[in-house]
Amino acid sequence: MLEIKCPYCGKRSQNEFSYGGDATVKRPTLGKEISTEDWDNFVYFRDNPRGKHTELWHHVSGCRQWFKASRDTATHEIFDTCKMNEAFNE
Amino acid sequence: MRLSMSNTYRTKNSTGLINKNKKINFSFNGHTYHGYEGDTLASALISNGIHLIGRSFKYHRPRGFLGVGVEEPNAMVQLHEGNKSEPNIIATEVELVEGLKAKSQNCWPSVQFDIGEVNNLLNRFFPAGFYYKTFMWPKSFWMKIYEPFIRKAAGMGVAPLQPDPDRYEHNYEHCDVLVVGSGPSGLASALAAAKNGARVILAEDKANFGGSLLTDEVTIGNMSGKEWANDTVAQLKSLPNVILKKRSQVFGYYDHNMTVMIERVSDHQENPSKYTPRQRLHYIRAGEVIVSTGSIERPISFGNNDRPGILLASAAKEYMTVYETLVGKKPIIFTNNDTAYSTALEFLKNDITPVILDTRNNSNGELVKEVKQKGVNIRFNSGIADTKGHLKIKSAVIGELDKDKENFTSLESIDCDCICMSGGWTPTVHLSSQAGNKLKFNEEIDAFVPDKKRQRESAVGAANGSFTLNQSLAEGFQVGFDLSNKFTNNNIETNTPNSKEPKYEKHERLWCMPLPQGKKPKRFIDFQNDVAVSDVELAIREGFRSIEHVKRYTTLGMAGDQGKTSNLNGLQYVSNIEKKIVPEVGHTTFRPPYTPVTIGAIVGREVGNHYLPTRKSPIHNWHEENNAVFVAAGLWQRPRYYPKESENMNDAVNREAANVRTNVGICDVTTLGKIDIKGPDAPEFLNRVYTNAWLKLPVGKARYGVMLREDGMVFDDGTTSWLSENHFHMTTTTAQAANVLSHLEYYLQVVWPELDVNVLSTTEQWSGIAVAGPKSRELLSKLFPNIDLSNEGLPFMGLVDTKIDGIFARIYRISFSGELAYEVNVESNFGLHMWKKIMDVGKAFNIQPYGTEALSTLRIEMGHVAGAELDGRAVPFDVGLNGMVSKKKDFIGKRSLSKEAFTSEDRQTIVGLVPLDKRTKIPEGSHIVENDKVASPVPKLGHVSSSCWSVEYNNPFSIAIIKDGKNKIGKNLFAVSPLKDISIPVEVVSSHYVDPDGERVRS
Ligand SMILES: [Zn+2]
Repeated sequence: MLEIKCPYCGKRSQNEFSYGGDATVKRPTLGKEISTEDWDNFVYFRDNPRGKHTELWHHVSGCRQWFKASRDTATHEIFDTCKMNEAFNE
Repeated sequence: MRLSMSNTYRTKNSTGLINKNKKINFSFNGHTYHGYEGDTLASALISNGIHLIGRSFKYHRPRGFLGVGVEEPNAMVQLHEGNKSEPNIIATEVELVEGLKAKSQNCWPSVQFDIGEVNNLLNRFFPAGFYYKTFMWPKSFWMKIYEPFIRKAAGMGVAPLQPDPDRYEHNYEHCDVLVVGSGPSGLASALAAAKNGARVILAEDKANFGGSLLTDEVTIGNMSGKEWANDTVAQLKSLPNVILKKRSQVFGYYDHNMTVMIERVSDHQENPSKYTPRQRLHYIRAGEVIVSTGSIERPISFGNNDRPGILLASAAKEYMTVYETLVGKKPIIFTNNDTAYSTALEFLKNDITPVILDTRNNSNGELVKEVKQKGVNIRFNSGIADTKGHLKIKSAVIGELDKDKENFTSLESIDCDCICMSGGWTPTVHLSSQAGNKLKFNEEIDAFVPDKKRQRESAVGAANGSFTLNQSLAEGFQVGFDLSNKFTNNNIETNTPNSKEPKYEKHERLWCMPLPQGKKPKRFIDFQNDVAVSDVELAIREGFRSIEHVKRYTTLGMAGDQGKTSNLNGLQYVSNIEKKIVPEVGHTTFRPPYTPVTIGAIVGREVGNHYLPTRKSPIHNWHEENNAVFVAAGLWQRPRYYPKESENMNDAVNREAANVRTNVGICDVTTLGKIDIKGPDAPEFLNRVYTNAWLKLPVGKARYGVMLREDGMVFDDGTTSWLSENHFHMTTTTAQAANVLSHLEYYLQVVWPELDVNVLSTTEQWSGIAVAGPKSRELLSKLFPNIDLSNEGLPFMGLVDTKIDGIFARIYRISFSGELAYEVNVESNFGLHMWKKIMDVGKAFNIQPYGTEALSTLRIEMGHVAGAELDGRAVPFDVGLNGMVSKKKDFIGKRSLSKEAFTSEDRQTIVGLVPLDKRTKIPEGSHIVENDKVASPVPKLGHVSSSCWSVEYNNPFSIAIIKDGKNKIGKNLFAVSPLKDISIPVEVVSSHYVDPDGERVRS
């Protein structure tokens, strides 16, 4: 079980959180034309890197804030976490 | 029960940890025996001369004790009886307690005479990979013949069929430094870390702290090893920042320094209080973990080296020094190193002179010299070729080895009643390896030791390959200080005391004896899995090269044992055959749990009603008092129906539903998800979340809305009301309440943080009561005489705030049943009061409560979609919600709706079904086919999502999702349920079966 540092609450066990996928994906702007290919890339396709991954977590059983984490997908090492409007300290 | 035998295998001196003043009676295989307080089941049996404890896994060979603790591969027993019965318990880990009942496993009819032993006579037919080769063909035999046969032949223990009566607990702990193992390096680390102010947990598997200090004759400072251990434990106990846990095994090392420890809390107590758990599972999140788990002695492979009475020399020593038990009175000691000589010295203290066989040409170690000085003849350059004795060792065939140690030059037979063997020592690296440590091979000790760590874990002492006391203490104090200082920065260092121990000479790299000429006795490597040298040879002959493949083909080092005594000997043998060095062969992966763990402990208190939390509405007690039958809706308990007298479910549901259609019904809808939405951008946000338009909703109005996922699938539906400027009240389905909240939070926090909106769950704060039926207006008008509930005063989808008995109440005119209906919301605390009030006034209108079944009937008849239709595979078009989709604005998931696949005309869409005979109910999940007579695979048009008995038309009605549904209306098809083996001719009708124009809700 991972130990994740919520930027609002501090370190908590993984079972308080839910995973939210790749944090670098940007939702297309509402009301703007978008090709089917670009839309499909947004909805369906994600990279599956081995190593560093910037991802979203949701502190569901806590403060209910979404935040970003930088995690190694192979070792589970979490390098840093930060609020949505912040950048990692790297 | 037969008469108790005498307890005659005890040492002369009482210097161990047995309390001879407290006799303990126990039974094994129906015989009663006695031991003493402080005994394990193993030491008690051995003190009674019993070595035969079970039969081996594959060949059903008689087996005895090999070890004295967690390393024991053979002595697995079935403990207790009835619902307390527990299989596969390691007898060396069981503390003796009055009345304990144990029996052998894997034998029938008895451990002395076992039918399965024929496998041993036929052992040439049971080589490595036997199961793979023999039971492959024909395939159809696998399930019915081979698998049950293998399971039965495999024997092992029997799991009890009754629920476990014992209580287990879970505990979560945090500490700076967790120390696993309380030998010299563990005690040193714990003391150094604790004195430096760190929060320390020290875990010891056994009933006593001290590890090797309890058995080795050493001096630390001016104390004996044992005294120093006691003194150190006393110091640790006096410190408030230390938790000491004995009978506690850390069996798993997971990510981010999460370790799991099992504590045997009351297994050793005669009459524990009923509130004392049997075992406690500790989840320990440690800042740093110090692995001081020591080392395990290696056996030696020689002919028939598995007979009862053949055990590890260290085990024999511990039985004598700790448990005051003699493993035999005519011992042979067989070794490739110096440490076994301490076992010889223990025998000598009991006036027993062992025969000593040493594979080495000579040794000048201090213990060897001491044994020599006592006049014992040591046979160097010698080994054991074979043994005799069916149920217990009787004699050994021994001899001198040639120069290359590949053959015996001479052989003779000598009598013995036990053989104590030592092949050197293996560091216990399981936890480090579980933590992701890449092990390295240490050629000095011929074993793997921890190397490159992935987590915050440090091995010290023997677990780190440091086999001398000096080194162990030095490492322990140093590492304990260094790691604790990371947390405390106190810089309080504890000095390492001086220590004295015997000097040892090096072991010989020899773990497998040659075969006696002309004979091929089995030389076992892995006792628990019955893997012999010949099996490894066969695997390599058949082309298995990777050590992981050899492991799986032969089963070497698998299962509960995890290769504690066999792993390195197996690797060594493979490397010998392959003419490679061990590090090139590599090692297999160590997996948790390190020792078997009772399932009950893993489950803990999460059994029965405690498996999940139960959510109850504030009206729950009323439902109970009024005979409700409940159904689980997620965590909620909802009334399913309220049977009267002799009614069955169908009768009750039809009565309840019909009463809504003709009079008025009342339903507890407190469980619906409720979300409070506030902020100046709330209308804009709702406009993006829902498929329909929200910007022009007037204050004081509710609207039905549908939300999609980005992939275009319907996610949830419900009504949302505009309460005041910037303030909305959203309702969701009971099932999706939590997911919708997370969804909204995601878009507000991650995607559109510029929107000034806050969302908050208010599901628990409001109690909702639906009042539905043609008489609902009359009823509520009587209850709330001051408000205008006429169609003009409170039109469909309107809402009004009011007060009753000083309580705030909000009345929505919304309907799920399709009837004229209202939903009264009050604060949860007043839910029951409001409900009773409505029931009271409702009497005059023939009000009746209705449950979830009637609720379903009402919505199915009306063709309202719910979870069964909105199953994550439906776009709005599929379920008749196209009218809800705005063409003008953009919203979540809209772009997906224009994808080709989602616009195709022949998609599966919603229809109604009525059986042609108007009698046969159509099972939910049935397939819809055009022709039920064609050969399979029959082309499937769709499936039945919801079924009910229509109270309006008094015949069955179902909703189905079928291909090109709209154009199938009026056609006859078949609803087929292969599970129930029925095929029902049906007519396709509109899904809006009752009141298709929705006149009633607006009446
Ligand atoms: Zn938080």
